[in-house]
Amino acid sequence: MASNIKIKAKLSGDIADVKSLMLHPMETGSRKDPDTGELVPIHHITQLTFTNNDKTVMVANFSTAVSKNPFFGFKFRGAKAGDTLRVGWVDNLGGSDEIETVLK
Amino acid sequence: MHVGRRLFLSGSVAFAALAAFPRRLLAAAWPDKAFAATAAGEAMINLLGTDQTIPTDQITLKVPEIAENGAVVPVTISTSLENVESISIVVDKNPRPMAATFEILPGTLPDISSRIKMGQTSDVRAVVKTDHGLYSAAKQVKVTIGGCGG
Repeated sequence: MASNIKIKAKLSGDIADVKSLMLHPMETGSRKDPDTGELVPIHHITQLTFTNNDKTVMVANFSTAVSKNPFFGFKFRGAKAGDTLRVGWVDNLGGSDEIETVLK
Repeated sequence: MHVGRRLFLSGSVAFAALAAFPRRLLAAAWPDKAFAATAAGEAMINLLGTDQTIPTDQITLKVPEIAENGAVVPVTISTSLENVESISIVVDKNPRPMAATFEILPGTLPDISSRIKMGQTSDVRAVVKTDHGLYSAAKQVKVTIGGCGG
């Protein structure tokens, strides 16, 4: 399945500046469906993990308070052109998505 | 020939998935108790062991002064503190104040940005855990339209 994650990584020296954007409703569980009046069940990304080649460089834990279609950016050292940066998320209902990009 | 290539590709995807699996098991568990807490202090005690932090100007917390839409409030946190282990975002007046927490691994810079939801005007706190203590910086964000459902 095609991934719905967008990832951009900019190298400056050995530092990678990573920006990522995911498609996810991030439902808090307290929002009412405007048509039915029913509560929309809680549905959110729980964990986002970045690995560069085989090294984990970031683990982000999200609550429902992260905005819909989450944005997340961070920086790490020790990056070089040709490295494979992989990002994946899992959500509270067992959903997941991942994508990888080659640093240049 | 195309079929052969497809088969080969799908095989390598399956292999990559298998290879990635053990690494995922290594990731720390999602801190469910801290995220379920309805008070900021309780959330911090659950996640970090204490709610006592040392205020510092070595943390740069960038948030808007006024958020017209509480559903999307940009937050950027960076720090010049050394040996940072984690950065957390705490929104005192949200129904569940612990918004997110980030593990800063060796080689990773303590410099993160994301976007969060705020139900009402509140202090937003950046809590930075280092190997020698817990530090924080706070700023108030005025919310004109809440972003926590309803």
